[in-house]
Amino acid sequence: MNWVVSFAKSSIGAKIIMGVTGAALVGFILAHMLGNLQVFLGPDALNQYAKNLKDLGGLLWLARGGLIAVAILHIASGIRLAKLNRDARPVAYAHKATVKASFASRYMGLSGLVVLAFLVYHLLHFTLGVTHPDQHSMVDNMQRHDVYSMVILGFRDPAVALSYIIAICLLGLHLNHGASSLFQSLGLKHSKYNDFIAKIGPLVAIIVVVGNISMPIAVLCRWVGAEIGG
Amino acid sequence: MKLNLHIWRQKSPNDAGKIVKYEANDISPDMSFLEMLDVLNEQLIEKGEAPIEYDHDCREGICGMCSMVINGVAHGPEKETTTCQLHMRKFKDGDTIYIEPFRAKAFPVVKDLVVDRSAFDRIIQAGGFISANTGNAPDANAIPVSKVIADQAFDAATCIGCGACVAACKNASAMLFVSAKINQFRDLPQGQPERYSRAKSMVEQMDAEGFGACGNQNECEAVCPKGIKVSNISNMIQDYTKSVLATDN
Amino acid sequence: MDLTSHEPTGEISERWDKHRFDMKLVNPANKRKYRVIMVGSGLAGGAGAATMAELGYDVECFCIQDTPRRAHSIAAQGGINAAKNYQNDGDSVYRLFYDTVKGGDFRARESNVYRLAQVSVNIIDQCVAQGVPFARDYGGYLTNRSFGGAQVSRTFYARGQTGQQLLLGAYGALSRQIKAGKVNMHTREEMLELVLVNGQARGIITRNLVTGKLSAWAADAVVLGTGGYGNVFYLSTNAMGSNVTAPFRAYRKGAGFANPCYTQIHPTCIPVSGDHQSKLTLMSESLRNDGRVWVPKTSGDTRRPRDIPETDRDYYLERRYPAFGNLVPRDVASRAAKHECDEGRGVGPGGRGVFLDFADSINRLGKDQVEQRYGNLFQMYERITDDDPYETPMRIYPAVHYTMGGLWVDYNLQSTIPGLHVVGEANFSDHGANRLGASALMQGLADGYFIIPYTIGNYFAHNATPALSTDAPEFKQAMQECENRQKKFLEINGKRTVDSFHRELGKTMWENCGMARNATGLKKGIEHIQGLRAEFWENVKVPGSGAELNSELEMAGRVADFLEFGEVMCRDALNREESCGGHFREEHQTTEGEALRDDENFCYGSVWEYKGYGETPALHKEELHFDYVKLATRSYK
Ligand SMILES: Cc1cc2nc3c(=O)[nH]c(=O)nc-3n(C[C@H](O)[C@H](O)[C@H](O)COP(=O)(O)OP(=O)(O)OC[C@H]3O[C@@H](n4cnc5c(N)ncnc54)[C@H](O)[C@@H]3O)c2cc1C
Ligand code: HEM
Ligand code: HEM
Ligand code: SF4
Ligand code: F3S
Ligand code: FES
Repeated sequence: MNWVVSFAKSSIGAKIIMGVTGAALVGFILAHMLGNLQVFLGPDALNQYAKNLKDLGGLLWLARGGLIAVAILHIASGIRLAKLNRDARPVAYAHKATVKASFASRYMGLSGLVVLAFLVYHLLHFTLGVTHPDQHSMVDNMQRHDVYSMVILGFRDPAVALSYIIAICLLGLHLNHGASSLFQSLGLKHSKYNDFIAKIGPLVAIIVVVGNISMPIAVLCRWVGAEIGG
Repeated sequence: MKLNLHIWRQKSPNDAGKIVKYEANDISPDMSFLEMLDVLNEQLIEKGEAPIEYDHDCREGICGMCSMVINGVAHGPEKETTTCQLHMRKFKDGDTIYIEPFRAKAFPVVKDLVVDRSAFDRIIQAGGFISANTGNAPDANAIPVSKVIADQAFDAATCIGCGACVAACKNASAMLFVSAKINQFRDLPQGQPERYSRAKSMVEQMDAEGFGACGNQNECEAVCPKGIKVSNISNMIQDYTKSVLATDN
Repeated sequence: MDLTSHEPTGEISERWDKHRFDMKLVNPANKRKYRVIMVGSGLAGGAGAATMAELGYDVECFCIQDTPRRAHSIAAQGGINAAKNYQNDGDSVYRLFYDTVKGGDFRARESNVYRLAQVSVNIIDQCVAQGVPFARDYGGYLTNRSFGGAQVSRTFYARGQTGQQLLLGAYGALSRQIKAGKVNMHTREEMLELVLVNGQARGIITRNLVTGKLSAWAADAVVLGTGGYGNVFYLSTNAMGSNVTAPFRAYRKGAGFANPCYTQIHPTCIPVSGDHQSKLTLMSESLRNDGRVWVPKTSGDTRRPRDIPETDRDYYLERRYPAFGNLVPRDVASRAAKHECDEGRGVGPGGRGVFLDFADSINRLGKDQVEQRYGNLFQMYERITDDDPYETPMRIYPAVHYTMGGLWVDYNLQSTIPGLHVVGEANFSDHGANRLGASALMQGLADGYFIIPYTIGNYFAHNATPALSTDAPEFKQAMQECENRQKKFLEINGKRTVDSFHRELGKTMWENCGMARNATGLKKGIEHIQGLRAEFWENVKVPGSGAELNSELEMAGRVADFLEFGEVMCRDALNREESCGGHFREEHQTTEGEALRDDENFCYGSVWEYKGYGETPALHKEELHFDYVKLATRSYK
C-alpha cells in the first residue's frame, strides 16, 4: 500500500485527487441545485423532495459520508497544495505581472475558502438549524419538515440573501476555472476537444451561479413565497 | 533612449539582495536587451562598481542560458522570444523596467540575476533519455515512425530547458519542462520500453527538487520561448498515473 | 615535433577496420581503473564522455555552462551529413569522402576523412535510437535535404534545430551515465591549465566559476572537446563563451596547433547594426536554395530595394558562377559579397550588406510555401532587424562561423602530447581548409561516439600511467601559476574593460586576417596585436575578486589567450602563400579573382610549436598525400 501513499503525496497524485474530488463536488452542486430549484414549484414539491431524500435513510447517510469524505479530501489536499506551492517560491517578485493565467485560476484557494466559510454557515443554517432554530423547526400541514418555508424565510433577510449571492458568485469563479481544469488534472486533454473543455468551466459556472442565485433573488423580490407572511 | 532600470542585486546565495535603480542612457532601439545590459555594465566597470552578473551564451535563443524576469514576465514582453532575442525597440524612451532573476526555491540565486538550474539536470538524469548504448542501434530506417508522431516528438523536444515556465508559474511548478521531455519519447517506438518508468522517476525527482504543483494556469505556456503546450502536462499525468497505479514499476 | 599520423596503410576502405583490429584492447574489468578527463560536453565531448563511461572508464567531465545541454553545438541549424543513400540518388561512403576532401580544398588527411564518411552512417542509427526526432516523410522514413552545394541529398535534419536535437541526444546519454555514477559532471568549471607529468598529459587545473575555487584533477588521460575559437574575431556566430583557452593552454605545454588561420566565413548572417553589437546571427544556408543574392548596379543607390528595377540590379553570383549560381560554397559566396561591398555597392547602414531576395520564390511558390520552408528564419530575421523579409529583401553579410584549425591530432585523435586527445571542432582533422555544411556535427559525433572510445583504450594498452595524486609537484606548480595569473588580472586595475580589448582585437583580426588577407595587412595585424597585448597587461580593469562568480575575470583569461593566439593565426596566414578554402591571400588569385592554390609548395598541414611568451612559434609540416582523390582545382563556374 506504500504506493498509494506515495501517489497521494506526489504532485500529480494531488492533482488527481483535486480533479476527482472536484468533479464529484461539481456533480453534487448540480444535483443539489436541481433539487433546490423545486422551490419554484411550490411548498409541496420541495418538502416532498426533502422527505423523499430523508426516507432514503441509510442510503442518504452513505451519500453524506461520501460527500463529507470527498469534501474533506478536496479541502485538505487544496490546503496542502496551497502551502506547497507557496513554499516553492520563497521570495516573491517585486514586479508582478500575468500574461495568460485567468483571474479565477489564480485565486482558487481564496474562492475555495470563501465557499468553505459559506458551507459552514449554510449547514448551520439549513441542515443543523443552529443559526435560525425557529425557521428550522417548522413542519408543513403533512407533518413534513417545512423546508420551503425555511428557505423562504431564510432568504427574506437581505443580509442572509446577499451573503448567499456573494458566496455563490465566488463558487462560480471557483468552478469557472475548476470545471475545465479538472480535465487537465485527470490527464484527459486532447487537441480534438480541448476547445470544448475550455468552455465547460464557464458553462458550469454560469449554470451554477444563475441557478443558485435565482433563489435568494426570487425570494427577496417576492416572486416566490409571497404567500408566507412575515 | 533613456531607461530607468530596477535591477535585482544579490552578492551571493546567502546575501539578502535588493532592487537597485540604474539609469541607462543612449540606448539604441536596435540593441538586444542583453546588449543594453552590456552597455550598462561597461559603464559600471568604468565607474569602479560591480557589473551585473547574468547568464547568457548563444544569444540566439537556443541554448536556454539567458534567464530574466522583465517587468514581471519571464523573458520579457515578446511572445515566444528569449531574453537574448528581445530587442529594445519593444520599449519606449523613459520606460521603467524591472529586471529580476527567475524565482523558485528549486532555482536558488547564485548572484544577481544568475540562478542555479541544476535541478533540471537531475530531473533529466532520473530518466529523461532513451537507454541506448553506443553501438546498439539498428539501422535508422528499420523502424518507420509515423510523421505525426515524429512531429509531435519534435514539438516537445524543442524545449531549451530555460526554466521560464517555472519562473512564470505562480506555483513555481516545473511540469511544463518535465512533460516536454516525457512527451518527446512517449509515443516514439524507441521510447516505449522505458515509457512508464521514465515518467515515474522523472516526476519523483521533480517533486524532490521542491517545485510546486501545477494548477493548470497556463502561464508557463504563455512565456515559453518555444511554445511548448500544456497538453504535454496532461499526457504526463496519464503516464505517471498509469506507472504508479497500473504497472509494476 | 613528432607528426607521425599513425594512419593505417592499405586499401582506404579497410583502414579503419584494420586499425581497430590492430589496436590493443583493455580488459573490461580493468577499464574502471582508468580515469579519463573530458573537457567539454558538446557533441564531441558529451558523446565521448558518455560512450567511454558505457565502456567502463571512469570519466570526469567539465563544461563552462551551467549544464552540459547548453554547449554551443546546440546552435547548429542546418543538419548533419551521412552517407546513408536513403534517397537512392547515388550517394556512398566514397562520395561523401570525395566531397569532403575536395570541399576542404585538399588540405585534410585522406584516411581520417574516409573514416569520418564511414562512421557517418552509424551516427544516424545511434541518434535515432536515442529518440532524436529527425524529419520524416509520410511513410515514416527519414528524409534528407541537399545542403551546402552537395549534389546528393544526404543531410539529415530536425527542422532548423538539428544541433539542438543531436546535443540533447548526447546529453541524454551523458545524463544516464552521470546517474549511473560513471561520469562525474562538473558544470561551470573552466579548465585553465593542462598538467603534464613525465611528458604525459595527466591532469588539469580548473576554476569553479561560481565559487572561484581552483582545483587540480589527475587522470590517466585528458581529452579536449572544447569547440571552436571563432570568438577571437569578437563578432562571430559562436556563443559568447566559446574560447580558445583549453587548446591554447595545451599548445603552451607543447601540443602542436595546426592550421590556425583556416577560418570559415559564413555568407548568410545578419549584418552588424551598430557598435553595440555583441554577436552575429546566422541565417541558415538553406535560404540560398530559394533566395537570390543581388546588389544595386551603381554604388550609392539609395532607392528602396523594391523600387530598383531589374535592369539596375546585379545578381552577381548568378552572373559569375552560372553553374552553381546562388549555391556556390560558403567561401566563394562570402568573398563575392565582400568584393561587392568593397566596390561600394553594399547596401544598408555602413554599406556592409547584400540583398537576399525572396520575391521570385514568393511569386513562384506562393507565400505559404515560402513560409512553410523558412517561416521561423524569417521570424528570427524580423525580430532582430525589424524588417519583414516577405515585403523587402533580407540584408545579409558574411560572418566568422567555424574554425577548421585546431590542435594537431594523429589518426588516433591524439595530439603531439602523449595522453592528450582532442575531439570535435577543437582539433584540426577532417575539414582541411574549408568545412562543408552539415559536416561539423558529423565530425563531432564521429569523434565522440565512435573513435575516441576505441583509441583511448589503445593508448592505455600501450602506455603505462603510474598512479598519481594531485599532491604531485607538477599540480602544485600549475595551481600556483593559475593563481598568480588570476591575481595579476585583478591587480592591474587599469582603465580599459576586458571587452574593449576583445573588441579591438576582433576588429584587427577581421580586417587583417579575415575573409581576404595579404602580407602587408597580416604584418600590420601582428604588430597591432602585440601592442594591444602589451597594453592589456598594463591597462585592463577587472573588477571584483577571484573568490566569487566574476564573469569579467573569466573573460579576462579568455581574452588574454586570444591576444596571444590571434598572433599565431596571423603568422600562419602569413606563412601560407596560397589561397585555399577559407584562407584567401589576395596575392594569390587568378585574374578573375578566384583562389589560386599552390599544391607544389603548400600541400601540408602547418603545425605550430610554442616557443615562449612573445616568441615566434616554430613551424612544422605534416605533408599531405592524395592517393584517392586527385588534386584538382575547385571550380564552380
Ligand atoms: C550558429 C551555428 C550553426 C551551425 N550549424 C551547423 C550545421 O548546420 N551543421 C554542422 O554540421 N555544423 C554546424 N555548426 C558547427 C557545429 O555546430 C560545431 O562545430 C560543433 O557543434 C562543435 O561541437 P564541439 O563538441 O566540438 O564543441 P561545442 O559544442 O562548442 O562544445 C564545447 C564544450 O567545451 C566546453 N568548454 C569550452 N572551453 C572550456 C574550458 N576552458 N573549460 C571547460 N570546458 C570548456 C564548453 O562548455 C562546451 O561544453 C554550426 C555552428 C554555429 C556556430
Ligand atoms: C441558494 C442556494 C441553496 C439553497 C436554497 C440550498 C438549500 C439547502 C437546504 C434546504 C439544505 C438542507 C436540506 C435538508 O436538510 O433537508 C441544504 C443542505 C446542504 N447544502 Fe445547500 N443550498 C443552496 C446552495 C448550496 C451550495 C452553493 C452548496 C455548496 C457549496 C450547498 C451545500 C449544501 C450541503 C453540503 C448540504 C448538506 C447536505 C446534507 O445534509 O446531506 N448548498 N441546502
Ligand atoms: C464545495 C464546493 C467546491 C467545489 C465544487 C470545488 C470544485 C473544484 C474543482 C472542480 C477544482 C478543479 C480541480 C482541478 O483543477 O484539478 C477545484 C480546485 C480547487 N479547489 Fe475546489 N471546490 C470546492 C470547494 C473548495 C473548497 C471549500 C476549497 C477550500 C480550500 C477548495 C479549494 C480548491 C483549490 C485550492 C483548487 C485548486 C487545485 C489546484 O490548483 O490543483 N475548493 N475545486
Ligand atoms: S518548457 Fe519552455 S519555458 Fe520551460 S524550460 Fe522548456 S523551453 Fe523553457
Ligand atoms: S503556469 Fe503553472 S499552474 Fe500549471 S499550467 Fe503552467 S505549470
Ligand atoms: S543566450 Fe542562449 S537562449 Fe538566450
